[in-house]
Amino acid sequence: MNYFPDEVIEHIFDYVVSHRDRNALSLVCKSWYRIERCTRQRVFIGNCYSVTPERLFQRFPGLKSLTLKGKPHFADFSLVPYGWGGYVYPWIEALAKSRVGLEELRLKRMVVTDESLELLSRSFTHFKSLVLVSCEGFSTDGLAAIAANCRYLRELDLQENEVEDHKGQWLSCFPDSCTSLVSLNFACLKGEVSLGALERLVARSPNLKSLKLNRSVPLDALQRIMMRAPQLADLGIGSFVQDPESEAYIKLKSTILKCKSITSLSGLLEVAPHCLATIYPICPNLTSLNLSYAAGIQGSDLIKLIRHCVKLQRLWIMDCIGDKGLGVVAKTCTDLQELRVFPSVPFGNPVAVTEKGLVAISMGCPKLHSLLYFCHQMTNAALITVAKNCPNFIRFRLCILDATKPDPDTMQPLDEGFGAIVQSCRRLRRLSLSGQLTDQVFLYIGMYAEKLEMLSIAFAGDSDKGMLYVLNGCKKLRKLEIRDCPFGDMALLTDVGKYETMRSLWMSSCEVTVGACKLLAKKMPRLNVEIFNENEQEDCSLEDGQRVEKMYLYRTVAGKRRDAPEYVWTL
Amino acid sequence: MTGVMEAERDKYKMIDFEETELRLGLPLSANEGESTLIRNTCTGSFTGKRGFSDTSSATVDLKLNLSSTSNNVSASPSSQMAKENNASATANITTPPSPPSVKDPAKPPAKAQVVGWPPVRSFRKNIVNNVQRSTNKEGENGGPSSNNNNNGNMGGAFVKVSMDGAPYLRKVDLKVYKSYQELSDALAKMFSSFTIDKCGSRGMKDFMNETKLIDLLNGSDYVPTYEDKDGDWMLVGDVPWEMFVESCKRLRIMKGSEAIGLAPRAVEKCKNRS
Repeated sequence: MNYFPDEVIEHIFDYVVSHRDRNALSLVCKSWYRIERCTRQRVFIGNCYSVTPERLFQRFPGLKSLTLKGKPHFADFSLVPYGWGGYVYPWIEALAKSRVGLEELRLKRMVVTDESLELLSRSFTHFKSLVLVSCEGFSTDGLAAIAANCRYLRELDLQENEVEDHKGQWLSCFPDSCTSLVSLNFACLKGEVSLGALERLVARSPNLKSLKLNRSVPLDALQRIMMRAPQLADLGIGSFVQDPESEAYIKLKSTILKCKSITSLSGLLEVAPHCLATIYPICPNLTSLNLSYAAGIQGSDLIKLIRHCVKLQRLWIMDCIGDKGLGVVAKTCTDLQELRVFPSVPFGNPVAVTEKGLVAISMGCPKLHSLLYFCHQMTNAALITVAKNCPNFIRFRLCILDATKPDPDTMQPLDEGFGAIVQSCRRLRRLSLSGQLTDQVFLYIGMYAEKLEMLSIAFAGDSDKGMLYVLNGCKKLRKLEIRDCPFGDMALLTDVGKYETMRSLWMSSCEVTVGACKLLAKKMPRLNVEIFNENEQEDCSLEDGQRVEKMYLYRTVAGKRRDAPEYVWTL
Repeated sequence: MTGVMEAERDKYKMIDFEETELRLGLPLSANEGESTLIRNTCTGSFTGKRGFSDTSSATVDLKLNLSSTSNNVSASPSSQMAKENNASATANITTPPSPPSVKDPAKPPAKAQVVGWPPVRSFRKNIVNNVQRSTNKEGENGGPSSNNNNNGNMGGAFVKVSMDGAPYLRKVDLKVYKSYQELSDALAKMFSSFTIDKCGSRGMKDFMNETKLIDLLNGSDYVPTYEDKDGDWMLVGDVPWEMFVESCKRLRIMKGSEAIGLAPRAVEKCKNRS
């Protein structure tokens, strides 16, 4: 039913940006498929092993922006052994050969080498934007190549990567002709940068809106940089330590007053509490505040700071703020939409946050839709209250530090509390559970969580029924990750077709056996079923009855991957 | 002598396997199958007492024959076994998990730390630990103006750290630390997820205490060794810290039983010093 010429349809498709909508368009009919694929510029690939690079650019020759994710999510918590995979080099190599006009590359949890960065920097003349999140395998030499060779670079955003810092001066490699920078984030780098080169770079980048410094940039350099970039909207402070009598400190106080456009603040990787008062003038304008790395700030100082932040929509903070502090947040930040509370000490501060803080937030911040909350304890009553106050949750991730702790008031499992959450929050897309939980909570999830796409489970459930409730009930489930639960072969094999509707399934320290995984792999050729066997010395034979330590399966049209290390068996 | 050594080594094999075996999920006593313990903690067949206490969160009660620290026994199971001459790995003398209402901040860490729990990115954990360390130092120095970030941090001295049995290696920047104690604390934190807390961190800390060196080297815990510029494998702790940072190329945390070859030199050294 195409009454419009192709050009008109193309024009309409230009307005369709989300890749999910575009995927839907391409399924309508053959000509829409054809038009869509030729006009698509941004492609998102959630699992780099689900498709080959060749297939990617054969279908989308107009590719300009590529997002790739590599390792499974639990790799963040050291559950995926070193060398598992997720190498970006083959992608860059293939794209370079194909003459795709790549302009933007966004990677998450991938292994990026200096060679890949160098190849990237030399292969795409109009390359504009590199975003690396939780990646590893490269050094500042690779960054130097990007700086030196990407003439039109607009964005270099490094978030939480493990970067080897060599003594080279990568920042100085930006040529004088580079004036196009809009966003520069090197907060995760551990080493020093040339302060002079940094200041000159900022001075010649009039479009610079986002700048995030690392710990090595001292306060006086920060002041000079802010003088040159009053247009900054997003600032990450490195080191914020200075003698209050010093000239630099006094200058900073007046410079800050000029930076009225800053709406997002982060960093404070090193901070002396008395310096915080200088930030107060910016606070009323802030919509985003990330102090989750500012371990040097005590709860009382945090509270003082937050009292000024009336427009805050996003807050990432550490649990030293305490329940009382969260009460202040609830009163002050009524527009709050996203909250993350991280543990300040690896296993939690004994005087940190509990269910009381969360309840206070839910009462003061009805717009809250995204939550990540590390706490010591949670009660069913609190969760039920939160569910009533905040029915708009899209992401709800609760981490009770003591993984199987029941409701301390009633000694009951937290089934009812989480049940209330899924029943009330009909738009819930992501859920992480913790605390003592039985199969009942999964029954609730299967019944009510219709839009759920990602579920993370640890130390929960009683039997295979739990997992089956979820697999049967959550029609939109895409990612399921399970660790240390009593789910076994029966749960795994009951509905094998389900896994082709999902991106991936992770199960570790569960009850699944080798035989079941083999059977699953045999039945479903379009799944890669990977088993990790880390005891290299013994048990090289995979006997069917053997319990599987870690299993990761994902749908793919690329077949078995060839870069898996020795300890990974693809069945 | 060798007979005793072999018997000891056999004991260690048994212990290492069950108690310090690097496995993910809940550690267990020799008798229980892993599935039963998981099921037990998950189904709540305990009478309200869980395997986790609420104050030392994210740790698991080891049902091993480690005594709790309230008995003031040395941290390592094997030296305890050597002392008590009890070869049975099934004796369960841990104190029962405390009722959740007891809030005891000084709760002894007679527990293991589960890999990957709480789910905090290791990047974040490392940053926060390092910042806390330097912030504490600033407090001690009494002056915020000593921005010690720039002290001797001109390019890091990154060395690989391997630990016997761990699935992957780590890297540390030696220049971040100012003494052996700091390094051993950091390594203990880094690798504590792979081994029993007591053995890991206490063992590491104990290497600084020379009188315990012999106990350590008798095969109980882990022994830190390093490869120097000449390619020789040395015991950590012999030379002044700065000299160590200059000459250390990589670190290896060996199982005590394997480090026995290093013992004679260290034992001599101890004799000379005392």
